[in-house]
Amino acid sequence: MSHLYKEVFKKKKYYDRALCIDYDDWLNKIKFSKTVYVGNLSMSTTEQQIYEHMSKAGSVKTVVMGLHRTEKTPCGFCFVEYQTKDSYTHAVNVLNNSILDGRIIRVDEDLGIIGKRKYGRGKTGVQKRDERTRY
Amino acid sequence: MLIFYVAEIGGQPHKRRKTSDANETEDHLESLICKVGEKSACSLESNLEGLAGVLEADLPNYKSKILRLLCTVARLLPEKLTIYTTLVGLLNARNYNFGGEFVEAMIRQLKESLKANNYNEAVYLVRFLSDLVNCHVIAAPSMVAMFENFVSVTQEEDVPQVRRDWYVYAFLSSLPWVGKELYEKKDAEMDRIFANTESYLKRRQKTHVPMLQVWTADKPHPQEEYLDCLWAQIQKLKKDRWQERHILRPYLAFDSILCEALQHNLPPFTPPPHTEDSVYPMPRVIFRMFDYTDDPEGPVMPGSHSVERFVIEENLHCIIKSHWKERKTCAAQLVSYPGKNKIPLNYHIVEVIFAELFQLPAPPHIDVMYTTLLIELCKLQPGSLPQVLAQATEMLYMRLDTMNTTCVDRFINWFSHHLSNFQFRWSWEDWSDCLSQDPESPKPKFVREVLEKCMRLSYHQRILDIVPPTFSALCPANPTCIYKYGDESSNSLPGHSVALCLAVAFKSKATNDEIFSILKDVPNPNQDDDDDEGFSFNPLKIEVFVQTLLHLAAKSFSHSFSALAKFHEVFKTLAESDEGKLHVLRVMFEVWRNHPQMIAVLVDKMIRTQIVDCAAVANWIFSSELSRDFTRLFVWEILHSTIRKMNKHVLKIQKELEEAKEKLARQHKRRSDDDDRSSDRKDGVLEEQIERLQEKVESAQSEQKNLFLVIFQRFIMILTEHLVRCETDGTSVLTPWYKNCIERLQQIFLQLFADVILLCPSLAA
Repeated sequence: MSHLYKEVFKKKKYYDRALCIDYDDWLNKIKFSKTVYVGNLSMSTTEQQIYEHMSKAGSVKTVVMGLHRTEKTPCGFCFVEYQTKDSYTHAVNVLNNSILDGRIIRVDEDLGIIGKRKYGRGKTGVQKRDERTRY
Repeated sequence: MLIFYVAEIGGQPHKRRKTSDANETEDHLESLICKVGEKSACSLESNLEGLAGVLEADLPNYKSKILRLLCTVARLLPEKLTIYTTLVGLLNARNYNFGGEFVEAMIRQLKESLKANNYNEAVYLVRFLSDLVNCHVIAAPSMVAMFENFVSVTQEEDVPQVRRDWYVYAFLSSLPWVGKELYEKKDAEMDRIFANTESYLKRRQKTHVPMLQVWTADKPHPQEEYLDCLWAQIQKLKKDRWQERHILRPYLAFDSILCEALQHNLPPFTPPPHTEDSVYPMPRVIFRMFDYTDDPEGPVMPGSHSVERFVIEENLHCIIKSHWKERKTCAAQLVSYPGKNKIPLNYHIVEVIFAELFQLPAPPHIDVMYTTLLIELCKLQPGSLPQVLAQATEMLYMRLDTMNTTCVDRFINWFSHHLSNFQFRWSWEDWSDCLSQDPESPKPKFVREVLEKCMRLSYHQRILDIVPPTFSALCPANPTCIYKYGDESSNSLPGHSVALCLAVAFKSKATNDEIFSILKDVPNPNQDDDDDEGFSFNPLKIEVFVQTLLHLAAKSFSHSFSALAKFHEVFKTLAESDEGKLHVLRVMFEVWRNHPQMIAVLVDKMIRTQIVDCAAVANWIFSSELSRDFTRLFVWEILHSTIRKMNKHVLKIQKELEEAKEKLARQHKRRSDDDDRSSDRKDGVLEEQIERLQEKVESAQSEQKNLFLVIFQRFIMILTEHLVRCETDGTSVLTPWYKNCIERLQQIFLQLFADVILLCPSLAA
C-alpha cells in the first residue's frame, strides 16, 4: 500500500533500448533478472568494496566491472549478479542511493551481462550517464 | 457521461468529469481510503465525514470493492486503526446493512488469516473488531464472548504453548483500545476472563527467555518476556480505571451520530483447531534501552509498564512493517507520528529500530534496511536524531559485557556500515578504556571487529588514519596474501621446486592435464609408496597447488574465482576425500589469513562448485588451526552462510520434487479425461524423474542432518574440553570465550528451529 503514498511524477520510464522493443518487453524480461546495474561509483572503488557493500542485500554471485569502451579501464559502473531474486529485490529497494566509498550510488534493475554490456555505451566510451548535459 | 462531485481530501470540492470507467473510480476510491488521515488542510473529522459521504454514495455500485478495501486496510495499515474504525462506524450509522456485511467479511478474513498462519495480521484484525465496539458497530457483550473463547484456548491440552500464547496475546493487546468499554458493560465476565488469563500466565513455561534476551543483565532495564510485560501493562491500565490518553480516537467527535447507530452482534467464534500445519509466531523478549532519565529536557517517556509505551511501540513497529521497502516514506511516516509533541519520539524510534535489528533469532526485515532507515531519519531530523543515535551507540558500547554475542555481531555490522556513511568520523578516544582490557573481552573485541569491517568498505591505510595512534593495536592486519614459497628462505621447503614449476605452468596458461602431470611427481609425506593412481590424499600436493594458484590469482576476487573455475578438475581430484577437503581449506586459510573477506568468498565459491562440502567447512571451523580465531566474526559468518546454503539446497530440491509430483497428478487427471495411450509414455518419463528427485531429496536431507550432527558434536567436544580444563586449573568457567561459544551454539539452535524445524518436520526427527 506504500506505493499510494508516493507522488506520481511524470517520469520517463527507463528501458534498455539496445535489448528491448518497448517498455512492456522490458517488464517481461526483467522478471527473470537477478543482475543489478550499479552506477556513479568512484573510479577508485575496488571490486572487493563492491562485494562487501552489495553483499548486505544478499549473497553475490558475480561482479563485473564496467569498463571504458576503448581504454578498458574502470569507469564508474558495474554489474552485480545475485544468487536469489530476493537479494536482487533488496538491492534495488534498499541499496539504491546508498553511500559507497563516499558517493551516492545508483542501483537499478538490469537485464544482465549480455554481450558487450560491460562496456560503456557513451560516445566517448564512458557510462552514458556521465555524458549527460541536460538534467 | 456521469459527472461526480468528488470532495477532494485536503482541497476544495472539484467538479470532475468522470466516465463510468469502473477501474478509474475504483483506483480513486482506493486512493481516497488510503490517504485519509494524512496531513491535510482540513481536519481529520471533516475528511472522515466527507469520505463517509462519498463511500455511502458509491455503495450501490461498488459495495464489494469498498468492503474489500476496508478489510485490506484493517489488515495492512494497523497504525491507522482508529481512523478506519471511525470510518466504518460512520458508514454503519448511515447504512446498517453495510455494517453487518462488513463485520461478516472481517470474520471471514480472520478465519482465513488464521488458517494461512498469518497470525500477525490476525492480531490487527482482532484489534480492529474490538475498536468497532467503540464505534457502536459491534455490541460489547458479543466481543466479550469472543474473548472468552480466545482465553478458553489456554485450557487446551496437547497443543504447542505458542498457540495458547497467541490467543492470550490477541485478547490482551486489544484491551488498550477497548478495555474501558468492555469493562463498563460486562465487568463480571471480564473479571473471569482476567482470572483465567492470570492463572495461565503463572503456569506457562518461560525457558526460552534467556535465549531471546539481548542483554542478560537486569540493570538498567529488565528485558521482559513479551506476555509478562503486556500483562503488567494491562494490570496497570486496569488499576488506572482504563484511563488511556495516547490513542487517537476520532470517533469521540462523532459520538452523537454513532450512539444512534444500531449495533451488530459478532457471530460466535470458535478458534480453529490446531493442525499439523499450524505455525504460530515465536515468543519475544521486549527490548528496552531508554527510560525517562535519558532525555531530561524533553517530554517524559512513558514508563515500561505503561500502556502508552505498548501502543507507541506497536504503532511504530507497524509503520516500519508497512513502509520498510521505501525508506523515505517510512522515515517520513515515523517522524510525523501523531501525538509526537507529548513524547520523546526520537528516542522511541531509535529504540524500536534497534529492537528489530537485535531481535533473536532474526530481525523481521533485512539488516541493511535499518542502517539506511536510520540514515534517512538523520537526514530528516539533522538537529535532533543524530544526537540520540550517538547516545544510543554509547549506551550499547557500555553494555557490551552482557550483550548477546549475536546481537553484538549485528551492532558491529550496523556501526561500521553507519560510519562509512560519515567518513568514519567518531570520537574513538571516548572508548580508550577498552585498550587496557584483555583483548578477548567484549569491548576491545568489538572495536577490533568494527575496524575490520570498516576496512572492508575502504582500505587499510584509511583505517590507520582514522583512529588515534593508541588504537593501532586494535587495527586490522593489512589484507595481503601469504605465499610460503615466495622468498629465498623457502628453498628448503619440501615441494618448493614443484611450486616454481607450477607457477610457470599457470602463467603460460597450462591445462588441467598438464598440472596433473606436474603434480604426479610430488612425494606423499604420509605414505612410503604412492598407490597405483597416485591420487590418494596427499597433503603436499594440495599444499603446493593451492598455495601457488591462490598466490598468482591474488589480485582480486574475480581472478581467484577464475582460477577456481579453470582448475576445477584438479581441485575436485585433490579434494576427493574428506581429509583432502579439509586440507584444501587449511591451505587456503594459511594463504589468506590476513584477509577474512577473501576467505569467506573463497569458501562460498568452493561449496557452490562442490570442491568442498558443508560438513568439511564445519569440521574446518572447529579444527585446531582455527582455534585462535574461533571467536572472530568472520568465522561465524562463514558457518551461518554454510548452514543457509545447505538449507536452501534442501528446500530447492524438495520444491522440485513437489512440482514434478503435481505435474504427474495433472497428467493423470488429463488422462482420465481423454483416452490417450501416448500419455503412458509421458508418464514413464515423469515417474523416472520423480524417482530420481526422491533420491536427491533423501541424499540432501541426510547431508543436512550430517552437517548439524557435526556442528553439535564438535560444540559439545570443545565445551567439554573447556569445562575439564577449568576444573583441573581451578579457574572460573565463565570466560568471555565460554560466553561467546555458548551463545553461538544457542543461536544455531534458534535458527535451526525457526528456519528448518518449522518448515521441515522430517529434520526434527
